Amino acid sequence: MLGILFIVLIAIWLVRNFIDSPQEFINVALIGLTTGSVYALVALGYTLVYGILQLINFAHGDVFALSGLISSSIMIDVLHLSGDEAVIVVIGGLVLTLLMTMGFGSTINASVELIGYRRLRSQPRLTMLISAVGMSFIVQNIGLAIYGVNFRSSPDLIPSRPAFTIGEVSLGWNKLTIVLITIPVLVLLTWLVRSTKQGKAMRATAQDQDAAAMMGINVNRTISFTFLLAGGLAGAAGVLFLLQFNMRYDTGFELGLIAFTAAVLGGIGNLAGATLGGLLIGFIQAFNEGLTIWSLGSDWTRTIVFGILIAILVFRPEGLLGERTPEGA
Amino acid sequence: MATEGAASVGVRGRLAHALRLDELGRGWRRLPGRARALIPGLVLLTIAALYPLYVESLPSVPVIQEFPSVSTAVIMIVFVMMAVGLNIVVGYAGLLDLGYVAFYAVGAYTAGWLASGHFQQVKIHFGSAGISTDLQGIHINMWIVLLLAGMLTGIAGILIGLPTLRLRGDYLAIVTLGFGEIIPQFVRNADSLAGFNLTAGTFGINPIDSPGFGEGLNSAIGLPVNFQQSFEKVNLFYWSALALLLITIFCSVRLRDSRLGRAWIAIREDETAAAAMGVPLMRTKTWAYALGAFFGGIAGAFYASFKGGAFPSEFFFNISVFLLCMVILGGMGSVWGVVVAGAILAYLNQEGLANIGGYINDETPLEFEVTKYTFGIYGAIIVLMMLFRPQGLIPERRRASEIEEGVHEGDTLYGERHS
Repeated sequence: MLGILFIVLIAIWLVRNFIDSPQEFINVALIGLTTGSVYALVALGYTLVYGILQLINFAHGDVFALSGLISSSIMIDVLHLSGDEAVIVVIGGLVLTLLMTMGFGSTINASVELIGYRRLRSQPRLTMLISAVGMSFIVQNIGLAIYGVNFRSSPDLIPSRPAFTIGEVSLGWNKLTIVLITIPVLVLLTWLVRSTKQGKAMRATAQDQDAAAMMGINVNRTISFTFLLAGGLAGAAGVLFLLQFNMRYDTGFELGLIAFTAAVLGGIGNLAGATLGGLLIGFIQAFNEGLTIWSLGSDWTRTIVFGILIAILVFRPEGLLGERTPEGA
Repeated sequence: MATEGAASVGVRGRLAHALRLDELGRGWRRLPGRARALIPGLVLLTIAALYPLYVESLPSVPVIQEFPSVSTAVIMIVFVMMAVGLNIVVGYAGLLDLGYVAFYAVGAYTAGWLASGHFQQVKIHFGSAGISTDLQGIHINMWIVLLLAGMLTGIAGILIGLPTLRLRGDYLAIVTLGFGEIIPQFVRNADSLAGFNLTAGTFGINPIDSPGFGEGLNSAIGLPVNFQQSFEKVNLFYWSALALLLITIFCSVRLRDSRLGRAWIAIREDETAAAAMGVPLMRTKTWAYALGAFFGGIAGAFYASFKGGAFPSEFFFNISVFLLCMVILGGMGSVWGVVVAGAILAYLNQEGLANIGGYINDETPLEFEVTKYTFGIYGAIIVLMMLFRPQGLIPERRRASEIEEGVHEGDTLYGERHS
């Protein structure tokens, strides 16, 4: 009842803003779509790991940030991209950066699991969770040690001139690229988990580790694979984030929390849910910060996001797309 | 060889005889057990209480250089108080709270509201100690404010706890983390809530009054009128902090052994079994939250009074992790472990790491800014402790056996992971 009222109020707010200036509304929504894509990619990493280990991998956000920083080095110092090259070179460089960063993210994330979590798997669950908090700070400080406290940004690789224009609304190349990278990654991931043997092993391990081991599944390798996958997604998200914003060593902490909220919003452990949640949070943030009428502004974004997190956990802990479990949480 | 040994025994024997050590030992053994347990505590307490008087004359030691100054010691004690409070929630009841900094913030701001000139519109004085009654704002005696701050924070703890304690384990951790993020942002932004200035935004509320005993007690038994007007302000804060810490430790130990405390430990070990034995889960957990918050609030209010202000820039997630690190290092549930670990970590945070860093840079060819990586170091401590000594440095006996032997195999937070 309260929920319906809330949704109606939000709808009124959005419609009011839309009527006021439709062009601005759509532009803001596009910003929401691009930030939402990044959130979705990071949220997927949380969901994958939670699904298999029932662990909130606090270090995940920091793996994302470290990968993003590394990708700036790859673009600038390794590939010497500046944005003035021919289109084909820029595209090639971008793909190469993406692949290298994904590899880096995978390696870091799998190492985190190997060092911080593997030995604790038979321990009480809280032990692993606390270890994850510690790991988060360690990864963050690696970024601090390499890059210091300054913000890094990417060279101007993708022009923001419109790719195409409908009426007065135009979609810039930079935003289009984000979406163009995100979609294949999502499709690939879904295929991996749904249709491959390794994906089947992952699902089996998530359900019952002992039974999976008895069926001949290498549990350690499967868990490592999950962390590799999650780290790769974090790496991709890092590149995409860097193409839009500046980032530094501690960017990952807050973004990680927001992405985790997205994963919980969609239903943790659920891949489609994480994507949906990421996009929703992206829209909420963009609308709150971009719209001019009756919005609270960026000062309150964090409060709103965590308010949503708490409300979801209290009223619908299984999330939007999740199934209700007997534990209630 | 033989003569040498005999000689050394002879020397030792003579020395012991001269100092009457054997008689002392006999006398010691004749004391009742209770006194024997009490005396080391009293000696330690005396050493601690006299600290401000002899700290100046202490020699400097290698590596860490100087002993902590008195004001550092005050901060150490405040953080130990908070860690003892957090220990009630995390250690006794087994509820992972990653947003304890929120309680610190509530305590500090309560002090700001009730003992400063922040609310210029009104003029309320109550039991004021050496503070001019002409001043605008609310000025309630700091000792009463401390109690009020504790109670208000306890209520905040209940409000946060009631909807969230239903959740199990890691979800609870995330919700508390969410609150720990919301409250600092709220105080930063609440300088114009519908035009009303509640928290003075990024500037923070200052100055906040200092505690004191007023004219009456001053003339009667010589207690200071107000710490702020005293020449030995820092020492006075130190002694009152020590007294507050003692009360906190006493309450914490008594709580652990009480009916409520045993219920907490039962829940920690196996929630389902505890519920089956008739432990009311919600009420017991809420009490853990409220009492843990209570001490955090008092410590926060006292700290705000010591620094003379409540500033939003201090309430970060880092503080929550810092406190959690103290509890883990000391041993979850072990009061004395938490006190020792808290004192060490708070010292390192205030002075120690900077001193050690200075030592490393001066004495070795390494160039390493230790203070820059403070939280990386804490992270490493947390991970290493979890990997190699999850029961903490000074483990509680009961907890150690839980970790070694494991408890009931259930899907509780502390149970062995279901697999």
